[in-house]
Amino acid sequence: MARTDALQGSLDLLVLKILSRRPRLHGYAIMAAIADTSGEVLRAEEGSLYPALYRMEEAGWIRAEWVKKDTGRRARIYELTAAGKKQLSAEESRWQAVSVAINRVLREA
Amino acid sequence: MSLLSRLANVFRADRLNREIDEELQAHLDEAIASGRDPEEARRALGSSLRYREAGHRVRVAGWLESLVADLHFGWRQLRRNKVTSIAAALSLALAMGSCVGAFRLIDALLWRPLPVAHADHLYSLSRSGFGFNGAFQTFDGWAYPDFKLMRDAAGDRAQLIAVSLALRHDITYGSDQETEKAHAQYVSGSMFNTFGIKPALGRLFTEADDNAPHSAPYAVLSYDYWANRFGKDPSVLGRTFRMGKDTFQIIGVADKPFTGTSPGVVTAIFLPVCMSDGFTEPNATWLNTLLLARPGVALEPLRQELEAVSRAFETNRLKGVRNAPRKLLDRFLNQHLNLEPASSGVSRMQSEYRKALQMIGILVAMVLLIACANVANLMTAQGAARAQELALRVSIGAGRSRLVQLILVQSGLLAFAAAILGAFFAAWAAPFVVARINPPDDPARLVLAADARVFCFGLALIVGVILLFGVLPALRASAVRPAMALKGSGSPHAGRRMMFGMIAMQVAFCFLVLFVSSLFVASFQRLANRPLGFSPDRLLLLETVAQNPQPPVVWDQMAERLSDTGGVDKVALCGWSLLTGGAWNSYVSLNGGPPGSILAFGLTVSPGWLDVMKIPLLAGRDLRSNDTSPGQALVNQTFVNTFFNGENPVGKSYGMWGHTYQIVGVVADAPYRDLRESILPVAYVPFHETADTPGLPLQAEEQATFVVRTLGQDPLALAGTLRRKITDAHAGLRVSNISTEDEAVRDKTIRERLVAMLALFFTGVALLLAAIGLYGVLNYSVLQRRREIAIRMAVGSPRSAIARLVSRDIFAMVVLGAGAGVLLGLQLARYVEPLFYKVRSTDPSMLGLPAGAIIATAVVAVLPAVLRALHTDPTEILRTE
Repeated sequence: MARTDALQGSLDLLVLKILSRRPRLHGYAIMAAIADTSGEVLRAEEGSLYPALYRMEEAGWIRAEWVKKDTGRRARIYELTAAGKKQLSAEESRWQAVSVAINRVLREA
Repeated sequence: MSLLSRLANVFRADRLNREIDEELQAHLDEAIASGRDPEEARRALGSSLRYREAGHRVRVAGWLESLVADLHFGWRQLRRNKVTSIAAALSLALAMGSCVGAFRLIDALLWRPLPVAHADHLYSLSRSGFGFNGAFQTFDGWAYPDFKLMRDAAGDRAQLIAVSLALRHDITYGSDQETEKAHAQYVSGSMFNTFGIKPALGRLFTEADDNAPHSAPYAVLSYDYWANRFGKDPSVLGRTFRMGKDTFQIIGVADKPFTGTSPGVVTAIFLPVCMSDGFTEPNATWLNTLLLARPGVALEPLRQELEAVSRAFETNRLKGVRNAPRKLLDRFLNQHLNLEPASSGVSRMQSEYRKALQMIGILVAMVLLIACANVANLMTAQGAARAQELALRVSIGAGRSRLVQLILVQSGLLAFAAAILGAFFAAWAAPFVVARINPPDDPARLVLAADARVFCFGLALIVGVILLFGVLPALRASAVRPAMALKGSGSPHAGRRMMFGMIAMQVAFCFLVLFVSSLFVASFQRLANRPLGFSPDRLLLLETVAQNPQPPVVWDQMAERLSDTGGVDKVALCGWSLLTGGAWNSYVSLNGGPPGSILAFGLTVSPGWLDVMKIPLLAGRDLRSNDTSPGQALVNQTFVNTFFNGENPVGKSYGMWGHTYQIVGVVADAPYRDLRESILPVAYVPFHETADTPGLPLQAEEQATFVVRTLGQDPLALAGTLRRKITDAHAGLRVSNISTEDEAVRDKTIRERLVAMLALFFTGVALLLAAIGLYGVLNYSVLQRRREIAIRMAVGSPRSAIARLVSRDIFAMVVLGAGAGVLLGLQLARYVEPLFYKVRSTDPSMLGLPAGAIIATAVVAVLPAVLRALHTDPTEILRTE
């Protein structure tokens, strides 16, 4: 199955988009949300999710914070920053442009 | 993630790792809870170490982390070489501490702005031109009437302030038996307002306090004096004290930071100018004039206007002068008025110590450079010893900048350790030196704040020092070539060239310090040992003032009475004692002609004064009690040489101050007002002055000094007794100041003593540091060349050749450095020539002494390393290699 390839280069976009809709998720929930909303087509590789989160945190697109869960354990939840919102719209329009272009190629070929 | 938390995370790496693990564990828990196989979930996530690394990069300031690692490592390096590190830190601390100490002194005396409003617009007025003695000079004294004219002329463009010197006076709050000393300064009434100084208590002076002579018998205390003398007692307002003939009432206390306008003296009591006799006196130039310009006012037109006003005043004043040649007066009138920036005030101490302090500053800088060169050599040697370690670091991927940082951090550690030690040294040294500037009973007081200025200087110093001693070794060590170094065959000459260059520089600076300080020491010795022409020991000086002028007979009887006291040998009277600062002069006319162009000086003395002072009579006789002034006079040998071509003048006459005197005796030369100047022509005239025409009753005198030769070794032991005796015998006479002639002489050498003392100290430090440097470098070079030496010895090279081999280069450097030192020294000495007394910098003996000292030091420092080279055991060395 080509799910990792499909995610190549678009993991950031997906994470940002998920966080923009449903703020304050922890890592596992983000992964689950990607799988869920894509109808189990897309799966974020668990091994690359956290490095991506750390990278985006460093870039200042998302910020993290520890919260206490009902079970008494702590969870590290993420939310979008202002810079993240800007980044999201940039990536979205780039994605749109690319997919339009690809579609055109597919049609005319 | 904010920078702050990233910085903080550097110091809690463990916690960071725990957090990353915790987050991953939470992820796994969720996965298992949603029904996945634990093993599979863990495998899918992968190794937590990977996350640690990635998470670390994000949440930690990397540069800081490497810095902290370098700090740990640098500290361990320093601790590994404990002895050398401590030696380096101590020598650097001494040098840096001296620098900061010197800065504190120079800043407090010369640079720090006065704590007044608009100090940056403050100027001091002075005049330059040819004085009455025919020499070109700059003088900053002004007469009050002249000041008043200039103040009015300035109008609203600038405020003019007149301040007298802050002199030490005897004052008393109770009976005359309990006098104490305090620095009093006469100031014009507008000063406090102009400076924006508020009263801490009561009121301050205003323009209204300058109205008429002796119209405002009031005093304002400085906050410092109020706190120290009265413990901030508010009831001090209204209290009175006596000073000289006047009684003053305390009306206020000036606010805290203001301690007068003269750095070096903390004024205790401010008095209105109108209370001084100089208030109406056009001939007394006793005031400094400060000008506070309004922002935006053009200074040059103002200066020209003031100059014109002052010139008109002087022209008017000198109209009546007849006993001076016209052309000298005209030349005197043609003076230039200067406006010098004076944001840090004006004081005698500034002008006396400016060059001396600059000189000390230069010496200190030299010592710092020497110390830096030492540490640089140390670091280079260590860098070479660590070549393998550094090479390993490069091999596993360290960049060159990383190596530079590693070594610079170690330098920084050393510099900071030294700076902390140095700060303690400076905190102790600066007050120690200030306490030695003036005589012990009247120490100079500089406001030595340890504030932002000093702190910034210290920081700049640390950075400068790191750059000076850290950068070169760091660059050199970082240029390590791994392949060479790891093979253990680095070039034996690596680092040596730089170290030898440093040695040459050290020797040059060391020579400079030695040379300049030997000039200072020689100056002091010559000044202190100069023949005085009188005997100052066991001489007590009682400066006495009369409430109302008293006829000479009263003074004579008092002298008589004092000489009857137990413990007193002899007593005489004079206007003031030699070397206590007074001066009185006039042009001399010969054979009834017009006055010549050479000034002679005068002093009133009683019969027997020569005997008390032990000044030998060379010809003629001493003064007698019926001699008068004008009338008879004694003259010194220089007077005879100047005006009578050295021929016996006894019986001849001359004119001074518009009167005629007959010479009755010739006395030996003695310094008159200063030890440094050459002997002046001096006429000693009778204390008995006739009112203008002979035959009339003698003039009543307002003040005089009793010179008392005591039997006991400590003349001050009699001070209290004699003071009481004077007041008891005559209610109208009061002793205003008691001192000894010894002190007066010592005062005149105090600057030279201080400079010589400091210079000697720094010479010692410089020599020690240079010796350590020489020893260290040669020792290192012998260690490095031990294979070469062993081979040479094994093939039969004689010991003398080995000794020559190891010491040749270093002595070449010493000679090179000394040569450069001579050139630098001669330049520097020319600049400070005015500070020297009868010492010429080009004198061969002055160059020989430091050269000898350097060579001797070099030999002593080099000997251990040469011996070590000679004791090389070839078999052992070559076996280990």
